[in-house]
Amino acid sequence: MPLVKNGAVVADDFITVADDAQLPGDAPALISATRFLADPEALIGRNSPLGVIWPNNRNIAELAPWADRLALIALVFPTFRDGRAHSQARLLRERYGFRGELRATGQVLRDQFTFLVRNGFDAFDAKKPSDAAAFNEATHRYTEFYQPTGDGHLSALQLRKQRHKVAAG
Amino acid sequence: MYAYDEIDRAIVSERVDEFRDQVRRRLSGELTEDEFKSLRLMNGVYLQLHAYMFRVAIPYGTLSSAQLRKLAHVARTYDRGYGHFTTRQNIQFNWIALKDLPDALADLAEVGIHAMQTSGNCTRNVTADQWAGVVPGEIEDARVWAEILRQHTALHPEFSFLPRKFKFAITASDHDRAAIKIHDVGLRLRKNDAGETGFEVLVGGGLGRSPFIGKTIKPFVRGRDILSYVEAILRVYNQYGRRDNIYKARIKILVHELGIDKFAAEVEEEWKQIAEGPLTLDDEMIEDIRARFIYPDYAKLSDSPEELTKAKADPAFAMWLDNSAAPHKQPGYAIVTLSLKPVGGPPGDATAEQMDAIADLADKYSFGEIRVGHEQNLALPHVAKRDLPALWAALDKIGVATPNINHVSDIIACPGLDYCSLANARSIPIAQELSRRFADPATGRLIGRLHINISGCINACGHHHVGHIGILGVEKNDQEVYQITIGGRADEEAKLGELIGPAVPYDQVADVIEDIVEAYLALRERPEELFVDTVKRLGVEPFKERVYATR
Repeated sequence: MPLVKNGAVVADDFITVADDAQLPGDAPALISATRFLADPEALIGRNSPLGVIWPNNRNIAELAPWADRLALIALVFPTFRDGRAHSQARLLRERYGFRGELRATGQVLRDQFTFLVRNGFDAFDAKKPSDAAAFNEATHRYTEFYQPTGDGHLSALQLRKQRHKVAAG
Repeated sequence: MYAYDEIDRAIVSERVDEFRDQVRRRLSGELTEDEFKSLRLMNGVYLQLHAYMFRVAIPYGTLSSAQLRKLAHVARTYDRGYGHFTTRQNIQFNWIALKDLPDALADLAEVGIHAMQTSGNCTRNVTADQWAGVVPGEIEDARVWAEILRQHTALHPEFSFLPRKFKFAITASDHDRAAIKIHDVGLRLRKNDAGETGFEVLVGGGLGRSPFIGKTIKPFVRGRDILSYVEAILRVYNQYGRRDNIYKARIKILVHELGIDKFAAEVEEEWKQIAEGPLTLDDEMIEDIRARFIYPDYAKLSDSPEELTKAKADPAFAMWLDNSAAPHKQPGYAIVTLSLKPVGGPPGDATAEQMDAIADLADKYSFGEIRVGHEQNLALPHVAKRDLPALWAALDKIGVATPNINHVSDIIACPGLDYCSLANARSIPIAQELSRRFADPATGRLIGRLHINISGCINACGHHHVGHIGILGVEKNDQEVYQITIGGRADEEAKLGELIGPAVPYDQVADVIEDIVEAYLALRERPEELFVDTVKRLGVEPFKERVYATR
């Protein structure tokens, strides 16, 4: 599963740690939501960056109080057809102000990349190496968007309005 | 009709490129069939019994003559020379090859047509009253709002992988021709006491194996808030709609399980967070869309021209006029419905030659515009009344002037076992047989408005639950048998039909329907009492007795 960040395949700095395994002393760790919620203050107080894997059937609002102190949140696509994490991502970015790494994991395919980027993901655990390699092509296919999201693109309605203003001088 | 701007054109052509790449990856084996399935469905490509089927969107049922000609071109070039208009303002081609699909899409993109989200678990083609913009008495042209919604729901990054399909329909008239109460979200344009334009929002309607009539979730949402409100509904559904069972995944089940009040409260809570945000529309944005709709430059014409008065002397013309022409908001003009239900023909089919001829007639007589209704007929929305006799002759020549609109032989039917891999029973041959039994236009006229709907399986694509007479084909001990319901309706008084008794075998269906119709003719209080009103007054019993007494 190659990890794509900033358009390139990179090494994963985070160590995924099982619930019954010891946390590494000073390395970035990625842990389950269950483990995190058992003692969030202590875990977040470690000296190293912490990431949480958040399941797609758990209310993302529960994570909001720690959003500004988590380095990574990994959201899960059990299959790419299950789109719950798309909503979780937008809520994290647009409502709860999460600015850390937002990683898509599970069945992540090329055909979701544009949607994922628009919803605020900036790291992608691609299922296939060929999809990871095609990241830049896939995310530059669309030049216009109808909907406003938190990704900074103007929606078609906003863009048309702006163009009218320019045209009117 | 709506004229695409450069943004719309870019998105449609970029979608064609993306799909071309997806087909390439499938053909090279890079995508598995399982992965490709969802991707192709989201662009209207099904795998049917015999071949791939390609479903193209006709948003809110409006087509230009150039667009209809392009559909004819696709039918002729990539298919077997015909297309099938569906109950949701789409057209389907049944014999297309996978390798040809990207080219067919590219051809359609040239005239601003796409197949985005005509299938799959995403927001589907937004449908509307096919008479929008021309019918007298509507609040305003529903298509402007349908287009705003079409754009908002096209390639929506958050809602392209919903628990199940999601359908919107909009009407702006008191009489609902868009069947909004059997949609996931139904929108009825209305004005509030302050004179502001907005919507009554209904949610949770739908047919299939658990049919529900939509419920009002909010009696008034201002037009400027409609996108944020719809976003709130979709967000609640995306997170809480069931994903464990495909048959319980539609929003109607979530609304039913939570109850409308609890569901409405969840939506309200979410809406509070996003109302007044970037989704809020302002007048300029709405006007921008409205301005891209092209309206005809109507002439000042007599409402009872001499040509029309004279032509009425021909009883065949008079019968067609009375049946197929409807009042227009502009004096001197009429809305003309073209029947795609010829005697003995499959409902909703049109050949490439017919489509080309209709496009030419639209140019000559209807400002180049054509409409598609959920009843699987076409309409020419702006015909000068003085042209009606000439138009009738031309329509009759190409076989689309059968004077049976809203009559017993104007049957809505799904493709059924002849094409569909989900079907348990045939639909089209039942419709064909019924149309032969009731072929005499005078009989149709005597009976009056009577909608027959046929589905070849429980998925209910033929909307049998809401037919005045509904026919549902099921399989029992390897035999096709048909359950018959009566008293359903899809309009503003939407209601599910009631079963009249045990299912009947294939070869008895037409006889049973004849018995039901005869019973109605004997039972109605006066000729003006419609079939559905007689059923409402008397219940199913007298019909049941008539049908089963001798069986």
